[in-house]
Parts: sequence; structure tokens; C-alpha cells
Amino acid sequence: MAKTYINGIGCVSAQATVDGFPSEFALDENTNFLELVKPEYKDYFSPIASRRMAKGVKNGIVASTLAMKEAGIENLDAIITGTGMGCIEDSDKFLKAIIDNNEQFLTPTSFIQSTHNTVASTIAINLGCKAYNFTYVNGAVSFESALVDAKLQFDADEVSNVLVGGIDEMTEYTKSLFKLAGFIKPDESGPHKILGSHTKATVFSEGATFFMLSDTKTESTYAELVDIETINKLELSKVGHKAIEFLKANNLTQHDIDAVVLGFDGDVEFDEYYKELAREFAFTPQVYYKHVSGEYNTASAFGLYVGSNVLKNQEIPQQLKVNEVEKPSYHKILLYNQYRGIDHSFTLISI
Amino acid sequence: MEALKQELKEKIIAVLNLEDVQPSDISNTDALFGDGLGLDSIDALELIVLLDKDYGIKLTDPKEGKNIFQSIDTMAAYVEANRTK
Amino acid sequence: MNKGVAITGMGIISAIGNDVEENFRSLINSEKGISKTDNIPTIHKDEIMFGEIKKSNEDLIAELGLPADNNFTRTALLGAFAAKQAVEDAGIRDINEYKTGLINSTSVGGMDTTEKHYYEYFENPETVKFIASHDGGDVSQKISEVIGLEGFVTTISTACSSAANAIMLGARMIKAGKLDRVIVGGTDGLAKFTINGFKTLMILTDSYNTPFDNDRKGLNLGEAAAFLVLESDEIVEREGKKVLARVSGYANANDAYHQTASSENGEGAFLAMQKAFKVADLDPTQIDYINMHGTATPNNDLSEGRAVARIYEGKNVPYFSSTKAFTGHTLAAAAAIEAVYSVLAIQNGVVYPNLNFKTKMAEFDLVPQTEIKYKNIDYVLSNSFGFGGNCSTVIFSKN
Repeated sequence: MAKTYINGIGCVSAQATVDGFPSEFALDENTNFLELVKPEYKDYFSPIASRRMAKGVKNGIVASTLAMKEAGIENLDAIITGTGMGCIEDSDKFLKAIIDNNEQFLTPTSFIQSTHNTVASTIAINLGCKAYNFTYVNGAVSFESALVDAKLQFDADEVSNVLVGGIDEMTEYTKSLFKLAGFIKPDESGPHKILGSHTKATVFSEGATFFMLSDTKTESTYAELVDIETINKLELSKVGHKAIEFLKANNLTQHDIDAVVLGFDGDVEFDEYYKELAREFAFTPQVYYKHVSGEYNTASAFGLYVGSNVLKNQEIPQQLKVNEVEKPSYHKILLYNQYRGIDHSFTLISI
Repeated sequence: MEALKQELKEKIIAVLNLEDVQPSDISNTDALFGDGLGLDSIDALELIVLLDKDYGIKLTDPKEGKNIFQSIDTMAAYVEANRTK
Repeated sequence: MNKGVAITGMGIISAIGNDVEENFRSLINSEKGISKTDNIPTIHKDEIMFGEIKKSNEDLIAELGLPADNNFTRTALLGAFAAKQAVEDAGIRDINEYKTGLINSTSVGGMDTTEKHYYEYFENPETVKFIASHDGGDVSQKISEVIGLEGFVTTISTACSSAANAIMLGARMIKAGKLDRVIVGGTDGLAKFTINGFKTLMILTDSYNTPFDNDRKGLNLGEAAAFLVLESDEIVEREGKKVLARVSGYANANDAYHQTASSENGEGAFLAMQKAFKVADLDPTQIDYINMHGTATPNNDLSEGRAVARIYEGKNVPYFSSTKAFTGHTLAAAAAIEAVYSVLAIQNGVVYPNLNFKTKMAEFDLVPQTEIKYKNIDYVLSNSFGFGGNCSTVIFSKN
């Protein structure tokens, strides 16, 4: 059974992550949407090549290129992506055109590009990669589903190099719908504290984070991806128990964990889940990140990016600390995420 | 005719989102597809809608596009002969 | 030969029937389900036909016994309807008794509902509940609610090959011991979004679709949902379960050629079939029936036909047909309903007719089976291909 290593990461987010793991994160508590720090797209593809690409596709190409480059890998045995909402920019565009023009004078481009697997297939076409190519769309476990799939193939010794990524994009219209539905905090309602929030809904954003997974440890290795488990529904009172069970299945107890990375997103209704787990790990360093990445269905991929960097740098950035507990060194990290009380995931990484 | 050609170039650039391409970059005789401008079958479908919407020309078989969209010259000639608006 | 993963239950709803029996009867009686639409208010309703399920959303809500304030989309309703049947068919009483998962698939998720209320959301507070029902994950969450499942739930969306990939992942998870039992399949309701999308690609026929015919003009869109229950051999043995058939081979490959069109020689399809034979440890000549993707678009049938011809170069091509002429192209659900048809083909020893075929394609010598044919069937190969060059093959075998 081969091990699975994270050997390269590319991240496009509301932070300047394209240039590497930031030493300082930009914080803005007065907004309900963290704007993306746009990469210099033309460094990655020509305007002609990108004439049909929406923002999410472009970000996916940039992040995947960075991940592969860092790991020094050119040939892939699988491309697996996760996206909660898919290519909503083109989806919105095509749907608007249908309604506004009463089903007439429609053109195919935005329909074609609206397909959920557009990012994964565009990467395949660009690389001429004929390997396995999957896309998962399951809310907040979209990215973790992709990890589960990749891990299954490493465990079965079927692959050596697998590109895995999480991508989500946002549009103005979907943003307005999410405010209406109470998923995004109301305009002008800030400042928003993500930790210790007393209000419902969250601060949103978008992004793309890709990981180059390989069966070999190299100079560029961040961490070993040990295990992932997802569960669609979990009672609040059972979160701690479930985490301990997950660790037990990996022959570990909570005392073996050097840090927990929690997906606090400032929604008073559902942050209880994180608080419950934080109580279970009261003497463990706790990390949060959605105040710098924003919430989106695949924001947990940003969480894995943070966790991987903590292991690599042996340091938790001050701005990401939930508590003041420290460890002399970091070997094993547990990540926990959920969104609106469903789609829970536990991820274990180690060095 | 020259005005129509210029108009078609501008429309193609706008419809196909060809950022950084200027109308003067497209010659009247260059191939639009394949080796020329590098357009493909999806672009052809976009151009078919362009003909319908702006010139009132309806094509029902995408294969018809092949000859019409060879170059700006052939496209302009076809539009001139068949336009209903 | 690889023993494969046991299939112990099936559920289906499509334009040719509301359960497994009805679907089978339509198939052997050559009764297609292509018609004008009754449910979709599209301006194209007089020009094109669909594989439409005639049950309305209200019918489905009533049959599923859902509360009036539910926010199920049509895609979720169809999925829940078929998944419930599959679970009952497998004789499952306590769904969470074993480590059970749901691997669903859908192409556009709750788009059927989003397109109805898109602008209305801001005017009618009653519709706001549907904003949360748009994404594919919500469809699977709804299905798991209806069948009472708590555990591993995910959704695959690789366009028209989606359900084949759901079956593949499910089989792999059972084999790896990650799950004891898994419900796999897909669902897609008809939507103006997909109808107009395929129309812009100019690949919809104005009549009945004619797979592998030289004069084929395109596809009829359809809607459907189907699920299989896969169980580990330990459960099968312990509970003395009846095994309907097995999933013995599967593979996914990418054509890496074009976002929507298939390559001329069907490279992705060829690779998918080749890898699936390897997983199943079978020789291509052992296949008794191929259920083709066969959408009846000029591009698909040529590319898929060439790929099949390459696999069987110098050998006899098995009996083959596309069942899309019966059901229309049901997108993400296509591979799931065709999995049900494949299992039924094995159980009943029957090759379904490829309806509406008249003239052999000029490019090769492949002629589909046009009449119903009864014969022993040990192995069925089923192809499904989607946008983004996504090519999948699943092989089913007799227990």
C-alpha cells in the first residue's frame, strides 16, 4: 500500500497566495465578501487560449500549474477536482440569456463552459492527459470527495501522481441570492468577527487550490495525507466522538494531534460544531482560516493548504491562531470542516 | 463591401471574446479556422448565431458554415447576398 | 476473470416506465418513450421531442409522501423515487446497519427549479427556500434524507458519463473495504437550460433519434433516474442475498481532444474500454452484448463506432445497440438506466433492439441489432461519454 504525499500546492484566493504562503494575511472585517487577489493570467495562457474561460477555470489552471511546477511533475495518472457550485459564471450567463431572450439567439459557449467538469477537462486538454478524470460536486465535501478518490487509488497502488483540486467561483447574481437566502451576511452589517460571532451567515469568497499528490517523498514534500473521512449528517453532540473514532481508526488518540485546523466561518448557528470539537481539543493548538480565505464550498482546500504549510514551516501564523497553546514541533494535524451543519469532513495529515 | 468586412471583423472579435486582437490583425483572405485565426467548431456555432441575430440569415445545418466562414471575404459575400436585415 | 462486486437491488424511473418491470416490458416490446413535452414551457415544444416522464412534480411529491413545504427539485424527486425503489428491491430494512454510502450523480442538479424562479426569488418569499436546492450536493442530501442514510454521501458530475463513474467509485470502495454497501446511480430532470444548451450545439433531432444510422440528425433529450445497490460478498453471504449480476470491469479515460466533440478515432472511448477489460480480466470477444452510448449525434456515433471497431479489429463485433431511441439521452442518469438495462439483459438473456435504424453508416461496417434477440448473455459492456472528453466503460457479468 503506497503512501500519499502532498508534494506541491497552488492556491488562488483572497490572499496573495500565488506568490507562496503569505507571512502576513490581509484582514478586512468590514466586508461580507473577500475579493480575489487576481493572478497575472497572461503569464499562464494567451488571451486566445482563454477566450472561453470564466474566472474559475482560469484560477484552476493557474493553481494546478503552480502545484505541478512545485512538485516537478508533468505526467499525471489522474486529475480529480471538487467544486460545490461548479462553473456558475457561465451557468448564470446562459440561464440569463435563456430567460431574457425567451430562448432565442442563444450561443453555445457559456453552456459548454457551464459543465461542472470544465476545469478538470480543460487541464486534461491543455496537458493532453488521457488519464482518469473525475469531478465531485457535493457541497462542502466536494474537495474531500476528490481526496477520498485519490487516496483510494494510492492505497491500491494504481497511481503515482494525482492532481487534486478544489475550485469555486462567485457571481454578482448568486451573491445576491445567497444574501436573500441568508447564507452571506447582510451588506453594511459589519464589522464581522469570525471567531466569537453573534450573527448568522458568513463572509464569502472564492478560490482555487490544487495539490500535487505523489507516492514518493521528495524535497518539496509538505506532508503525508494519511486519511480522510466524510459524513453527510452528524449530531452536534457526536462531533467529538466521531473525531476520536476517526483518529482511533488510524491508531491515534487526541494526544497524538499537534494541531487542529477548524473551519469556523462566523455563522453563530453552525460554529457550534467547531466549538464542540475545540472543547475536545482544548489543550491542542487550534487554527482557523476562513477569516482570511472567506467561506465557499471548497474553502476547506485552503484549510489543507494552511495545515500543510504549518507542518512544512513548523509554525502557526499568529493571525491564524484560535488559542495560545503551542507545541515545540508539529507532526500530526487534524482538520475538521462542515457547512451549515451538513457535509462534515475529517482529514489527517502528518510528517 | 469594405465597410461590411470591417463590421464583421469587429463583430467576430466581440462575439468570440478575442481579447488583444485588432480588426487590422485579421486579413480579408486569411483562413478563420485551423491555421489562420485558430477558430474551432464552437466558434462556428457562435458565428451561425451572429448571422441569424444581426443579418437575419438562418442556417440549419452546421456543415453549411464550413464554406461560408472560410475567410472574411467569403463571409462578407455570403452576408451581402443573403441578408434579410 | 475478476469476480466483481454484487448488485443486489435496482430502481428506475424513465420515459419508458416507473419501475424496473415497466422499463423491461417497454424494451422487449419496442415501445419508445419519446413524445412532445407536457411539463416544460419551452418555445421549442412544437419542433422537438423528449424522453419525458409524464409524472408531474406534484405526483412525485405525493408518492414520496413529502411535506407540502418541501424544497425538492425535479432532479431530487426523480432521484429519491428511484433510490427508494432500489433500497426496497435489495430488501434493506435498516439502511445504517452496515457502513453504507450513496454515490449519486447529476449534470445540472436543481437547474429545473432555479430556472423557474430565477428572477422571482426577489419578489416571492415562498420561492426563497429553493435557492439552497440548486447545487448537485443538495440533490444527494435530499435522496439520503428520503432513504434515511447517514454516512458517506457524494456526487459526481462529469456530464453524460456521470453515473458510470458513480458505479465505478462505488465498486472500488466496496472492493477496498471502505464501504460494505453503496447505492450508486444518477438523476437528471429535463430543464430549459439543457434543452437550449443542446439546441445551440445543433445536435437535437426534430424527429425520433436514430442511433448509428447514416442519416442520423441528433439526439432527443430525456430525463430519468436509476440506482443500483452494491454489496460486499460478506453481506451477500451472511444474509443469503440474491445477486442480480456483478460489476466486474470499469474504467475512465479522457479524450483530451475538445470540450464537447469526441476525437475522430474515439481515443478516449478506446482507452476506457481497453482498461475496463483489464480490470475485468476479460478478452473483448467474451462480451455478449454492448449497450452503446449511441446518442445519435453525427459526432458521437462515428467516434464511438470507430473506437469499437478498433477494439474488435480482425474479430467479430458482439451484438450491440443503443437504448437512447427508447429513453432519449438522459445525461447524468444515462449510464445508470443503462446499467439497469444491462443487468436485465443478463438476467433475461436478451439483446434490445436499436430502434429507428435504416441505413448503415458509410464510414464502417457496423450494424446494430435491430430486432429483439434472445440468447445467453454472460457479459455486457456499457459505454457512456460526456463533455470534457470524459469516457467511461462499465462491464457487467452474470453472477
